[in-house]
Amino acid sequence: MSLTLIFGLYVFFLAAFTGYQVISKVPHLLHTPLMAFTNAISGISLVGSLLAAGGHYGTVSTMLGAVAVLAATINVVGGFLITDRMLRMFKKKGGAR
Amino acid sequence: MTLSLTETFVQLLYLGASILFVLGLKDLGDAQTARRGVLLAEIGMVAAVAGTLLYGVGVTQVIVRWEWIVVALLIGSAVGTGMGLWIPMTKMPERIALSHAFGGLAVGLVGVVEYLQHGGPHMSTLQITATGLEVALGALTFTGSIMAFGKLQGFITGRPVTYPGQNISNMLMIVGTLGLIGFLVYSPDASWAFYSVATLGVLLGVLLVLPIGGADMPVVICLLNSYAGLAAAATGFALGNNVLIICGALDGFSGFLLGMMMSKAMNRSFANVLFGAFGAAPEAKAVTEGASASGPAPNVGSVEEAAEVLRAARSVIVVPGYGMAVSQAQHAVRDLANVLQANGCDVRYAIHPVAGRMPGHMNVLLAEANVPYDHLFDLDVINDDFTATDVALVVGANDVVNPAARSNQSSPIYGMPILSADMAKTCVVLKRSLNPGFAGIENELFVRPNTMMVLGDAKKTLMQFTSALKE
Repeated sequence: MSLTLIFGLYVFFLAAFTGYQVISKVPHLLHTPLMAFTNAISGISLVGSLLAAGGHYGTVSTMLGAVAVLAATINVVGGFLITDRMLRMFKKKGGAR
Repeated sequence: MTLSLTETFVQLLYLGASILFVLGLKDLGDAQTARRGVLLAEIGMVAAVAGTLLYGVGVTQVIVRWEWIVVALLIGSAVGTGMGLWIPMTKMPERIALSHAFGGLAVGLVGVVEYLQHGGPHMSTLQITATGLEVALGALTFTGSIMAFGKLQGFITGRPVTYPGQNISNMLMIVGTLGLIGFLVYSPDASWAFYSVATLGVLLGVLLVLPIGGADMPVVICLLNSYAGLAAAATGFALGNNVLIICGALDGFSGFLLGMMMSKAMNRSFANVLFGAFGAAPEAKAVTEGASASGPAPNVGSVEEAAEVLRAARSVIVVPGYGMAVSQAQHAVRDLANVLQANGCDVRYAIHPVAGRMPGHMNVLLAEANVPYDHLFDLDVINDDFTATDVALVVGANDVVNPAARSNQSSPIYGMPILSADMAKTCVVLKRSLNPGFAGIENELFVRPNTMMVLGDAKKTLMQFTSALKE
């Protein structure tokens, strides 16, 4: 096993536990926005897609990378917009937010 | 190992992005702060993308061409904006399923590109394992989500599709996929094995969702959310990128946790949802037929009769279900509630965790119709109040109010926590027809003496109630 893997696993599990703690406090009320939100941040795969689309590894790689950038961008932009659109609708009595 | 100035800056951007994502999720725990959370995550995403571009140009010099990046970013933003702004709230489960498909596709393709670039003997054990898992999970999420989308849209049958040996053949395919990834560790240049992993992922996505019925979609959508996250985390391991690992873990565990909550709300295990082919069990059908042949007839009331009951009511609890979404009746519900409240009647809403086709589906629809969220109550909070309530108004809900879950041990939903709509003095049920619901289970509630069924489109019926009450 490499040290890189061990470090990666540390990061993964600590993030997972943090996520568990934080997400279990999200009320049922907001579960649909939560899904749209995590969907948007999972568009972080843009990080990998951008490097793939900008590389000089041949036409196939570039095209596949470009499609990946496209798909991830749709999720990021659409995901954040739709989360915010939903959250804007949640109002307390009397219009207070 | 000391990093160059540029790389240090890039890594700090990634760190900042990760912190902002976690803080954003934390803010999402309260409707008051949730929008700030979205803003924080947006800033985090901009930082991560900027960091990546800087890294690709300034540190590794891998990014050498911009035309496709720019084109894809522009088209993606345009499509994303369109989907974000114009998809109706009733179509939210479909849009979430579709976005999981995009997420899976992006991750799967990145995995293939990685293999094309570094493929073969140069890949470390960690890289090849992570890439294999990434591609398998990405492909599975992609086709699985397309299937879920199809089932929600209705172009693929919402009923569970089963055949003999289904679970065993699926299990063999999963084992085969893992076996091939193991083989790749020892022979990283066996490209046939790599592409077989991708193909098996594509097939598994279709085959694993096929036997799952429409009413179980909440769990499936959560699980696909989880897979999309885990696939992104695998990408992080392959690229050695912590922000990917962190986001993947957050996404993966969020989906998993929501799926567990949904399963619990149906009193079923994850395994039972995934492999149980709910609603297709022959013994459940036999029970249904027996009950409907001998059981008492439901009490069908007219719109006028039901409107009189509502006029006399001092307290009403509305129980919305998937039928409300289908009929787009949320605004009609709100209009009726306004009239009832003007009559001095107390109106509240009881939301079952699995009402609808995704977690929180009903909350979003009612919020769209301007129902204040402090009028919405979870099952455990409101359930004891039904006995002291004049009218329970069931709008397109079925299984979540079926008393058989409490009493009938032979019912497939026995043990599932339900909303006690039957305990109200009168239970008015709006339903399209007297056919059994999606899962094909007879509902005892419909034949109870204190139940009044009003048949027809829920939205029209509600509008008729409203105009009757205004007279």
